[in-house]
Amino acid sequence: MAAAIEVRDLEKSYGPVDAVRGLSFSVEQGEVFGLLGPNGAGKTTTVEILEGYRKRTGGNVSVLGHDPEVRDRRLQERLGIVLQSSGFYPQATVREAVANTSKAYSRPRDVEETIDLVGLADKADARTAELSGGQRRRLDLALALIGDPELVFLDEPTTGFDPAARRTAWNAVRNLRGLGMTVLLTTHYLDEAQELADRVAIVKDGRIVAQGPPSELGPEQARYRVSYLSSGRRVEHQTDDPTDLLHRLTSDALARGERLDGLEVSRPTLEDVYLELTAE
Amino acid sequence: MSAAALTWEQFRFERKLFWRNPTAAFFNFVLPLLLLFLIATAFSSEGEELDTLIPGIAGMSVMATTFTALAYVLVYRREEGILKRVRGTPMPAASYLGGMIGSAVLNALLQILLVIGIGHFVYGVDWPADWLLVGAFSLLGVVCFGSLGIAFAHAIPNVDSGPAWVNAVFLPLIFISGVFYSADDLPGFLKAIAEALPLKHLIDGLSAGIVGGGEDTLAAAAVVGGWTAVGLLLAVRFFRWS
Ligand SMILES: Nc1ncnc2c1ncn2[C@@H]1O[C@H](COP(=O)(O)OP(=O)(O)O)[C@@H](O)[C@H]1O
Ligand SMILES: [Mg+2]
Repeated sequence: MAAAIEVRDLEKSYGPVDAVRGLSFSVEQGEVFGLLGPNGAGKTTTVEILEGYRKRTGGNVSVLGHDPEVRDRRLQERLGIVLQSSGFYPQATVREAVANTSKAYSRPRDVEETIDLVGLADKADARTAELSGGQRRRLDLALALIGDPELVFLDEPTTGFDPAARRTAWNAVRNLRGLGMTVLLTTHYLDEAQELADRVAIVKDGRIVAQGPPSELGPEQARYRVSYLSSGRRVEHQTDDPTDLLHRLTSDALARGERLDGLEVSRPTLEDVYLELTAE
Repeated sequence: MSAAALTWEQFRFERKLFWRNPTAAFFNFVLPLLLLFLIATAFSSEGEELDTLIPGIAGMSVMATTFTALAYVLVYRREEGILKRVRGTPMPAASYLGGMIGSAVLNALLQILLVIGIGHFVYGVDWPADWLLVGAFSLLGVVCFGSLGIAFAHAIPNVDSGPAWVNAVFLPLIFISGVFYSADDLPGFLKAIAEALPLKHLIDGLSAGIVGGGEDTLAAAAVVGGWTAVGLLLAVRFFRWS
């Protein structure tokens, strides 16, 4: 089965600013893929190239077998797009906004069912101007899903949410997988990538600095840390094989008749890895 | 759905939204009529004055419903990211913009009929001498000011400054273009500016149709047509979705 998204050596510069400098990744069908990185890393630039909004300056991309730059209506039919920020007609109700968007698609989902899917059933008759931030984001999702897409882009789906709203949004994204959709999401929240994504690419300064399933990213990429106090100063060693190192350290200490005060062995979490990889 | 059917759907949607927006309804419909009533009453206008005022208010209405309304709507939708969202769907650009522009055109034509009707029934002005000429200049005026409004939206940087930009053009123009009094009475340099711009010529053309006689309609149509070409060129050339 062909990958839903293929990105090879993607580059994008805005005048003198090199926003994306050689990204490569692929997203398999049915997969939830996360682009994780701090603000300014180039996430939005990358997804908006894949969505057909921006022109790349180098490299190759394929989205469901199309070059998105061509802007073929048949590709747009199969995509659902949640932009980092976009508004609604303030005078329209939720139901009217969803129904209006559904007209553009040849085989849309059912309007009521889609409103229900994102948890806005009790707001269907409310004007969009009356929605809260979290409800607006769910309407964004409903508008992206109404065309019954195969591939959904979510650019920072929960930025600025309170914890309860994030949980609700996460459940909505999990539902998409259940519907067989492929999802590419961007986020600068590590826990969001861990919760939702099958695979994550950590992006920094337009480059991928680590890539893989969240569970493998941490322990695989970073080494064990062994530290202890020596004359009041903390000494730290990093190793792939803590057994051997500990054996040497403790036997040396015993031979000298000393103690290893404050001995700690830690395995970095994904958060440590993320912070280290994306540190300035 | 075909592109034509989508245009129709979008048009109907735009009509629904329009009537729920009191600000838009006020500036499109109420304000020109309010000015008509106030001026006609304040100056107890009759005869020749009404023959100036009715085509003048009709011309102003064309500008308010197309130039002003489209510039506002487009800037709002662009800056809010509504256009960008539409751009990400399979909605053809022509259908979306066609529905939006069609709604403004309907407003313009309704308002012209309203102004002519009020002129006849309230102020006893005769029915237009030449309906065909009224129709021709209405259409030309709508295309001209509609395209200029879209072109102008491209120059407006954000929603907050929209009213200032639009009124900086709209207000001086209605005062020098013979909406309220004949532009022939203006000092030379203001008259020269008015002559170079389309509103005065649109009003001249409408006047020839409504009141009859006098004006050189071909010359008026040529100036409005020239600005239409400029408007269309700029509207298309610099269009941006975000
Ligand atoms: N339209 C643009 N014009 C100029 N620079 C831009 C534009 N969009 C993004 N950039 C720059 O490109 C870099 C990456 O931005 P972006 O893709 O928005 O990152 P992210 O979504 O990861 O926060 C930033 O330095 C940003 O300032
Ligand atoms: Mg971004």
